[in-house]
Amino acid sequence: MDRGVDSNRVRPFAVSGIHFNTFLSGIDTMQKTVLNEEHRRSGARMVDFAGWEMPLHYGSQIEEHHAVRRDAGMFDVSHMCAVDVAGDDARAFLRRLLANNVDRLQLPGKALYSTMLNEAGGVIDDLIVYHLGEEDFRIVINAATAANDLRWMTARRDEWGLAVTISARREGADALAMIAVQGPQARQKVWQALPECQPASAALQPFFAATVGEHLIARTGYTGEDGYEITLPAAQAVRLWQRLAEAGARPCGLGARDTLRLEAGMNLYGQDMDESVSPLDAGLAWTVDLAAPRDFVGKAALLAKPQQHRFLGLLLLDRGVLRAHQRVDSAHGPGEITSGSFSPTLQQSIALARLPLPAAVGDVVQVSVRDRPLAARVVKPCFVRNGSILV
Amino acid sequence: MNIPTDLKYTRSHEWVRIEADGAISVGITDHAQELLGDLVFIELPEPGRELAAGQEAAVVESVKAAADVYSPLSGSVIENNAVLADSPELVNQDAYAAWLFRIRPASVAELDGLLDAAAYQEIVAAA
Repeated sequence: MDRGVDSNRVRPFAVSGIHFNTFLSGIDTMQKTVLNEEHRRSGARMVDFAGWEMPLHYGSQIEEHHAVRRDAGMFDVSHMCAVDVAGDDARAFLRRLLANNVDRLQLPGKALYSTMLNEAGGVIDDLIVYHLGEEDFRIVINAATAANDLRWMTARRDEWGLAVTISARREGADALAMIAVQGPQARQKVWQALPECQPASAALQPFFAATVGEHLIARTGYTGEDGYEITLPAAQAVRLWQRLAEAGARPCGLGARDTLRLEAGMNLYGQDMDESVSPLDAGLAWTVDLAAPRDFVGKAALLAKPQQHRFLGLLLLDRGVLRAHQRVDSAHGPGEITSGSFSPTLQQSIALARLPLPAAVGDVVQVSVRDRPLAARVVKPCFVRNGSILV
Repeated sequence: MNIPTDLKYTRSHEWVRIEADGAISVGITDHAQELLGDLVFIELPEPGRELAAGQEAAVVESVKAAADVYSPLSGSVIENNAVLADSPELVNQDAYAAWLFRIRPASVAELDGLLDAAAYQEIVAAA
């Protein structure tokens, strides 16, 4: 769900053409996470990501990618914004605000992935809601959309006249940091770094979280591997990062995060969907609850305009690299790649694409790469899961 | 920053080596490979192709981005470094050893328009 690495073509071959601003000297306006110094000490290439100075990689994006698939990697995701939603009407508020049904959160610690839609049914953001207490929820939203999300949420709360507090945990003593530890050995490394958290976290099923002291440990992630996402007071983050490094978790940047989520078939906000795209056309119908009598923002628009596209995976059969915005020609009409890159696990290029409704797994389509048609096979949009290739 | 003094450079981050037989070898600079990150695909010009100075000659793609490589000089392609098709990472490992293609220049006078190491260093520093 995090916005990842842009893959626009560079033309001409000039440093300014690479989408990330890789030259940061003299730019002091960028926001920094509490782990910024740690990244620099580890030799990270820092880039501007939605106004945040973040590590792209620490030497080799591909090696970091493999570390997560084969062992354990850790990501600073503190640029994402944790928002506490609490008060007597917190559940009623979220029931109406989110396209997924927050009533699916009954057990303590349960997490739910959802989109937040505008009235036209476009995606304002995608997010995870954690159920911390009966009227106590934590939402994690994307960095690039955080300010807009908070304005939207506050305005809806006021419009609906609900008793809810909405608190972004960004500033001062309340500020939180987030570290994702992912990979087949990730849980063991977390237990080594945080022994006091082992009993509660070892018992967690996927998509559940436990509060241990000041840590929220969630068995969630954005890589297709097992692992945890740990939220903790910002002031304690450096110590945890160092202990995780001592335990053997490899620091990984946003570059590896993007290729990992792409292999896992997970959407990236701003690329695979945005305010102009219906969740039904972005492969997110499973997160939208249209059946319940519950009303939510965007529901009427989705009912009035059913699914227009299928969101599927592409596996490039020819040599080359698929990229976002490349045109796809199928027997059923045109489509478009929304995310594409080279898959380090498959050793070939893969993509996510919006295709005509009749398109199906097994079809062979043509992708225009530098005005040349390359052949690609349509596959389910989940290429790798728990270290195994699925296509 | 690794910028060998025995090579010539372009503003678009290609390097040029003048070989003993008068041909030139072309690659991308260490600075360029570092910006691109891990390379995963390289498309090279076929021998016999005629290139004008500044014309798109090759494409290098990293996990992150694709970039055009321009011909520093006019001339005909005499050879491409086919080993890079299966091992594009060689450019990351040693950008100045991993040449992309060789050209028989149409005119040696065009060499005067290329940058020396000091001038290229200034361009990188100013970016």
